[in-house]
Amino acid sequence: MKANTPMERLSNGILKENPTFVLMLGMCPTLAVTTSAINGIGMGLTTTVILAASNLMISLLRNFIPDKVRMPAFIVVVASFVTIVQLLLEGFIPSLNDALGLYIPLIVVNCIILGRAEAYASKNPPVPSLFDGIGMGLGFTLSITCIGAVRELLGAGQLFGKQILPLADAAAGKMGFEPITIFILAPGAFFVLAFLSAFQNKFRLGAAKRGIDPSNPDCGGSCASCGNSMCKGKRG
Amino acid sequence: MKELLIIGIGAALVNNVVLSQFLGLCPFLGVSKKIDTAAGMGGAVIFVITLSSFVTSVIYKFILVPTNLTYLQTIVFILIIAALVQFVEMFLKKVMPPLYRALGVYLPLITTNCAVLGVAIINVQKDYNVLQGTINGFATAVGFTIAIVLMAGLREKIEYNDIPKAFQGFPIVLLISGLMAIAFFGFSGLI
Repeated sequence: MKANTPMERLSNGILKENPTFVLMLGMCPTLAVTTSAINGIGMGLTTTVILAASNLMISLLRNFIPDKVRMPAFIVVVASFVTIVQLLLEGFIPSLNDALGLYIPLIVVNCIILGRAEAYASKNPPVPSLFDGIGMGLGFTLSITCIGAVRELLGAGQLFGKQILPLADAAAGKMGFEPITIFILAPGAFFVLAFLSAFQNKFRLGAAKRGIDPSNPDCGGSCASCGNSMCKGKRG
Repeated sequence: MKELLIIGIGAALVNNVVLSQFLGLCPFLGVSKKIDTAAGMGGAVIFVITLSSFVTSVIYKFILVPTNLTYLQTIVFILIIAALVQFVEMFLKKVMPPLYRALGVYLPLITTNCAVLGVAIINVQKDYNVLQGTINGFATAVGFTIAIVLMAGLREKIEYNDIPKAFQGFPIVLLISGLMAIAFFGFSGLI
């Protein structure tokens, strides 16, 4: 596929450089709001809107922002979009706003957004940047919806709020699914992500054995890489 | 006084910032390989969060509320935090070089630590006054330090263990965090 076409950018964000499973960015919301699949979708789409808008804006401004103050400038752009989206959610979808709570303003410090601004939008024209944002956002949405679905299914036997596995009822003597409540509590988030990234490691090890280049070899598989690149950006 | 103590214990242990609220995960997972560096990061976080929760509550109470600009809190807070971290870095470099050498490398990483912004927003949501907000920030940072130092200790222990290939690195650290989170549930009876 040709580089920097809209389709290439979309598939890059969703598959090749999936922010959650491949780049391991934005772990805080990934773990915190994935108690159910619907929360995952809500958080994912909110982030997608902000990511696409801020990528577009930063790309349009890329020739006007002086290199030395680019990080604060990016943060202001992102924070403005977050505020706009937060006010819109408060007004039109209050239930989602209540469910995500604190984590909406915290989208400002989500590594994915500043990472894409620094790595892609500040160097590329607006249209590819917009699609880069949408692709990354959809990749993020897809991954956290998956994590949310696993946790919801194991923790409550539900999927998107619908009872999938019939619950056991001791009083009526009915056999059924005992919800593993720990999966919708805090530790469950760590366990589910641990197993998902172990699967991914397994896949990568297999691919390396067969002589296929793993999709992202220089990512150490930890969020430290994101902190470090941000750190360099701040210092520079 | 009692109320302040409850806020402190609640923020440090019961609602531990990393293990139950998932804030500040990036440094928790990234800088927890050795106890010294983990303690250094913890020290820097305590310093910055205490200062920033004080400054943000003062600015919120005395500038944003009287001028009806509270809807700008996210933008204002993140700018204050970014500026504060830069300022602390320059100040320490000039005035306390030994402390700067100890904390210096961790300071730039802190702006992207979502715990700093998280605490500022929690202070507003819970309607804490300036003193309560500062205590809450300090205790939250102490909770972060406890978690990251414990994690570093555990990671030093497991370094020579025989971990399955697929679980090496990130996954095993997440599993340990999950077990620690279960252990921290034990504190919920405290208040």
